[in-house]
Amino acid sequence: MATSKEFFYRRLHSLLGVIPVGVFLIQHLVVNHFATKGPEAFNQASHFMENLPFRYALEVFIIFLPILFHAIYGLYIAFTAKNNVNRYGYFRNWMFTLQRVSGVVTLVFIAWHVWETRIQAFFGAEVNYDMMANILDHPAMLAFYIVGVLSTVFHFANGLWTFGVSWGLTVTPRSQRISTYVTLGIFIALSLISIRTIFAFV
Amino acid sequence: MSEHKMISFIITRQDTADSTPYEEEFEVPYRPNMNVISALMEIRRNPVNKKGEKTTPIAWDMNCLEEVCGACSMYINGKPRQSCTALVDKLEQPIRLAPMSTFPVVRDLQVNRNRMFDSLKRVKAWVPIDGTYDLGPGPRMPERKRQWAYELSKCMTCGVCLEACPNVNSKSDFIGPAPLSQVRLFNAHPTGAMHKAERLDAIMGDGGLTNCGNSQNCVQSCPKGIPLTTSIAALNREATFQSFRNFFGSDQA
Repeated sequence: MATSKEFFYRRLHSLLGVIPVGVFLIQHLVVNHFATKGPEAFNQASHFMENLPFRYALEVFIIFLPILFHAIYGLYIAFTAKNNVNRYGYFRNWMFTLQRVSGVVTLVFIAWHVWETRIQAFFGAEVNYDMMANILDHPAMLAFYIVGVLSTVFHFANGLWTFGVSWGLTVTPRSQRISTYVTLGIFIALSLISIRTIFAFV
Repeated sequence: MSEHKMISFIITRQDTADSTPYEEEFEVPYRPNMNVISALMEIRRNPVNKKGEKTTPIAWDMNCLEEVCGACSMYINGKPRQSCTALVDKLEQPIRLAPMSTFPVVRDLQVNRNRMFDSLKRVKAWVPIDGTYDLGPGPRMPERKRQWAYELSKCMTCGVCLEACPNVNSKSDFIGPAPLSQVRLFNAHPTGAMHKAERLDAIMGDGGLTNCGNSQNCVQSCPKGIPLTTSIAALNREATFQSFRNFFGSDQA
């Protein structure tokens, strides 16, 4: 009935961040972790992913379109906030601000990352261990990747927390506190996985 | 000793709704147990600023003087709160007073909180019982639930939660935490629940529930300790089901 477009877009934004974008993120970090087992293991894993059936459909509907919507609507959300941590320095308010900052950082990182890898692959470059090793050879790039990946992982973990509230899964203060610990654990675990992966290329 | 003690104030003033704000300093003779309002009354009695110049008395809103009406909210030393319960003895000096920034300033410390009252109308924050004949007594409310609902009913639309919320600002039309929590209150009322779907649909409209970004400043700032974020999360759950009912249809009347 009176369900407005805003309600639908906001809920869609919240859902897409977890399914499929969050699921893809975990898959991506896990598959990349093969790099810690050596270049051959990584190349084998990445070729397996490259040769998945329905690759383009999977890429478009599970990765590109959801991320695009999440990013564009997310920018709108981020820039309608008037951040006020200086006046109200509560933990959740910091998370609120960091969620918006990390979202923008993540968008810049992902745009650059997609340009360097997927779009170069479209122009004929081969995505393999050496490609990433070359990119991360540069100390500035290494720093950019560490910041970008940590920001992505933070945005996902804290986004899971807000997902719980936005869909009414975690209602009581106690459930929200437990959710804080669980998502903190997810942040630490995914951070360790991704940092180990990055340093496997160095 | 205390006869010569003075309390200093730095007050953000604004002569008209559109004019530029400026700061003016005042000194008020100390009396025991003063609150910010009694100091403002003292300035009104003798509107002379710290430099000894005659000035206009300060305009501010007040009504109940016991923190139940919500009219006298303002920034006091950087925190939005009611000036009636802001005791001078507990405040660091100089005491800085400023109007709340989320609401349009009428004059000095006086702001227009109409947007909240409009939101209450929009979400139907009442129990409709008027009819052309006596409808008889309504269903009873369990005592435990009444006690729980009483906490939500303490909301005095003071505006502090809207002031603290980063998503209530000139760029967004978010109605803010206070009216949302009232939907929870009136949907919990046995008679009010008869209009549950209407209220949920209202807060699922533009500027409604989904504008909450979970900064949770509201629950930290509420002078009445209302569990605003619990209300919002509970409404999120209700809205999830309501959106399914709206989209797929429902077998419930």
